[in-house]
Amino acid sequence: MVVSGSPHIHGPESVAKIMWGVVIALLPALAVSVYYFGLPALRTVLVSTAACVACEWLIQRFMLKKPCSLQDGSAVITGLLLAFNLPATLPWWLTVLGAMAAIGLAKMAYGGLGNNPFNPALVGRVFLLISFPVAMTTWPQPIDYAHPDFALSATDALTGPTPLGLIKENLQQGVSVDESLRTLGVTPLELLTGHRAGSLGEVSVLAILLGGLFLLWRRIITWHIPVAFLGSAFVFAAILHAADPQAFLPPGFSILTGGIMLGAFFMATDMVTSPMTPWGKIVFGLGCGLLTILIRNFGAYPEGVSFAILIMNAFVPLINRGFKPQRYGC
Amino acid sequence: MKTFHKGGVHPNDNKLNADAPAQVLPFDGTYCILVSQHLGAPSTPIVKKGDKVKRGQPLTENTAFLSSVVHAPVSGTVQNVAEAPDAGNFARPAIFIQPDGDEAADFISDDPTLDREIRLSPAEIIERVKAMGIVGLGGACFPTHVKLSIPKDCKAEYLLVNGVECEPYLIDDYRLMLDKPDEILVGVSILMKALSVDKAIIGIEANKPKAIALLKGKAAYDGISVEVLKMKYPQGAEKQLVKALTGREVPSGKLPINAGCVIQNVGTCFAVYEAVQKHKPLTERLVTVTGPLVKEPRNFWVKIGTPVSALVEACGGLPENTGKIIAGGPMMGKALPHLDVPVTKGLSALLLLPDEQAHRRTPAHCIRCGKCVAACPMGLEPYLLHAAVLNKRMDLCERHHITDCIECGCCQYTCPSFRPLLDTLRLGKNTVNQIIRNRNTTK
Amino acid sequence: MTTFLYAVLLLAATGLIAAVVLYFIAMKFKVEEDPRIDLVAERLPGANCGACGKAGCRDLAKALVESDGQTELHCPVCSNEEWAAVAELMGMHADTCEVKIPVVRCQGGHLNSIRQTTYEGLESCAFAHSLHAGENGCSYGCLGLGDCTRACAFNCLSMDPKTGLATVNEAICTACGNCAKACPRGIIELRYKHAQEGRIYVGCHTEDKGALAMKHCLSACIGCGKCAKSCPVGAIKVENNLAYIDFTRCTHCGTCVEVCPRKSIVSTHPAVSAPSN
Repeated sequence: MVVSGSPHIHGPESVAKIMWGVVIALLPALAVSVYYFGLPALRTVLVSTAACVACEWLIQRFMLKKPCSLQDGSAVITGLLLAFNLPATLPWWLTVLGAMAAIGLAKMAYGGLGNNPFNPALVGRVFLLISFPVAMTTWPQPIDYAHPDFALSATDALTGPTPLGLIKENLQQGVSVDESLRTLGVTPLELLTGHRAGSLGEVSVLAILLGGLFLLWRRIITWHIPVAFLGSAFVFAAILHAADPQAFLPPGFSILTGGIMLGAFFMATDMVTSPMTPWGKIVFGLGCGLLTILIRNFGAYPEGVSFAILIMNAFVPLINRGFKPQRYGC
Repeated sequence: MKTFHKGGVHPNDNKLNADAPAQVLPFDGTYCILVSQHLGAPSTPIVKKGDKVKRGQPLTENTAFLSSVVHAPVSGTVQNVAEAPDAGNFARPAIFIQPDGDEAADFISDDPTLDREIRLSPAEIIERVKAMGIVGLGGACFPTHVKLSIPKDCKAEYLLVNGVECEPYLIDDYRLMLDKPDEILVGVSILMKALSVDKAIIGIEANKPKAIALLKGKAAYDGISVEVLKMKYPQGAEKQLVKALTGREVPSGKLPINAGCVIQNVGTCFAVYEAVQKHKPLTERLVTVTGPLVKEPRNFWVKIGTPVSALVEACGGLPENTGKIIAGGPMMGKALPHLDVPVTKGLSALLLLPDEQAHRRTPAHCIRCGKCVAACPMGLEPYLLHAAVLNKRMDLCERHHITDCIECGCCQYTCPSFRPLLDTLRLGKNTVNQIIRNRNTTK
Repeated sequence: MTTFLYAVLLLAATGLIAAVVLYFIAMKFKVEEDPRIDLVAERLPGANCGACGKAGCRDLAKALVESDGQTELHCPVCSNEEWAAVAELMGMHADTCEVKIPVVRCQGGHLNSIRQTTYEGLESCAFAHSLHAGENGCSYGCLGLGDCTRACAFNCLSMDPKTGLATVNEAICTACGNCAKACPRGIIELRYKHAQEGRIYVGCHTEDKGALAMKHCLSACIGCGKCAKSCPVGAIKVENNLAYIDFTRCTHCGTCVEVCPRKSIVSTHPAVSAPSN
């Protein structure tokens, strides 16, 4: 007979279930990116995932000499999310370098799954962005299937700036936001479906929302972080836009473009690097939203989601200290 | 529907033998009555080898207030006063009785008719409850007379009757409510008189509609109401039940009476009825034998002291491939080492789990998902306490209120990394309590 | 050039101001310390094991200096010579004491007892002890989960995978006694080391009655008292069904080892036959 302490039964949850649930939630966005960016997108995703898995295996096997931890699926998620944050046409060796930074530097150096203070995929992306700024801001344009030569465009990969990058550049040259938006000609529908330049997984708002709803339905994430993140970004952007409509983007455009949707649903909600309690999560989300808009409008980069989340990651221990659960009986 | 609001989990309720009526389990082998079956000061035997005892005759005595006594479940000869294994396989003093017939002590009334008239005064009721060895039958075995003696600085406003039975598999309270509704309600009235309260609420979870309808239909009792509660574990825990039924919270480190509530299990109410109206000591109880592999899951009226193996035999024997025998429910029950353990007052169920459900799964790293924090009904942070205990930081444990833990197991149930959260929390809670006791004595 | 100068001057000024501020802070929070504390601490082992009852070696040094040597505090890890050096420094009298070593008074484990149950869960003897009697049913025996090994600051205890019992590495043990404190069942006892003669002790800790003890374990002491009768110096007494050898009086004659019908008395002397079951 087995003797152990109670409880003697266990709920349906497991780490593997959570991790593979996230992988499933990422599939719609992956499908859209392959549709718009073609085979290069698929190649980047595969290289990144394989590199992350291989990197974790090698470190576990030869440096830590511990049992393999791949079956929990977290390396696959890091690989997928890293690829989602890269331009589809990034050279493969840069992708591998990013994966090494993500797994080796941000995850295994801290002791593996559960111990990393920063989101590994974002560390990988930021590492590449700072080290290889040109390659990391060379964005392929989505394939125009209506064009007679679309097959050609898929392989040739025309490049161009992201909407946010273009507007930032225009502002520096004195072109107003209104003017930029007119010349840009991106319709709201295109933002939803993902017909725009950008990181391969961030382009389609609809696909990300679909995955996000799946995560909410499976209770892998709670509503607090995405709602607080997007809400605070919207409100802050709205205040800035009201103050000077010519210098600041309209709030709706702000939260539909760039990586904010991907960040709010998939990056900021990473369990390891986000707070424990509902109020803590709301504060975390608010911070992410504010910092994102702050960096986008007043910082050097046109996009600030990665930096915002990483900065807030650093505050998580403090938030966990400050926002305790409401205890019974006090 | 009311419920408590913080934390909790929803395990499958698995009430396999809800429809099996309670049977009397015949047993004529040697009865083994553990001398101390309650929480508090241990008792001492007052019988010796060779003594003749009658059914209902007291076997132990105790002068301490926080204590209780046991009685002979059958008439017969005391075969030995020796040691027997308890649920943890520790040898404990026990009295062995060889039964011969069924001669009752002369004060006992075996008349089965319902007796509604309460003749004893509150003080007499408490004295009787103590003498008849009544303890809380929900599992903790806290002496009932202690709960009925209200401290001077407190006032009882509500009697809360626990018919929740939120643990999976357990069904004995439900069967009792169906079989003995009037006796339970008279028992509740007796307890109300003893506590001099005029409001009693019976809390029952929504998965027991028959019991709810039956008890709601018996409206002839003053001041007793039935409240239907939303299914959620651990609703049957005292503090959570106070919150669910009255909306109040028991202050940290205090007892329910500090929130004006006294809680009694329905089984205890029935035992109080028997003790006060029929002068019967607590020598038998309802036990559920259940489990996915059990051929005929059944409910039995069992005499205290019957070996657990007799219960299993009556249900078609120990199923092959049984991996764990649990005394009580799967969330808070105790795993038994073998079947040679005697039935005690606190045994509500015998749950046999097959081997594939019996083992702990290998723990992985904590992924800081916060599910334990969300599940904790006391608003603690199990992940933090877990790490603190593993690093022997008892000061941290105390600062983060480990002593508030009610050991419900929600954290471990919900942990996706299969970490032994409750094991560590129990260890930490015991250590911290010890540290606090030492500090208080040295002061 | 001016910009350059400006930057240099600004940085220098900032540095100067910071230095002044730091100087005053350091003055304000300066801790006056007896120089003897450092000297004493240097002579202590520096393992911070806590065996003396203080938080660490420096804490002990502080306590020694503060009490000016008028204290019962003693470092069990120091050798007699090392402690004498400390005592000389403090001007106190150092008693020489016999070197001790922990003995594990249980031979249950996998070889001599039958497993009835399997324990699963937290690797902690303290927790397992609160949960059940043990896998072999003996509520006095070693639980085999290694609380003692984790308590040892010198890594000299290990769980033998073959027997499932704790074993002491004599070569590195400092007899700090933390293992004995960590064992929830009090199985580990510190006894005189007697490097030449070896130690003779009852390798069992059960207070169960003979019949029950025999059921649990092949080498359980049943309290028969044969050893006590055979002991020429009367160093053995039987209490609560358990024999105990007083190590301050034992002469290592080995008679008890031979008469014990249960082979529960252990001798570490190579010449005296070790019990084999």
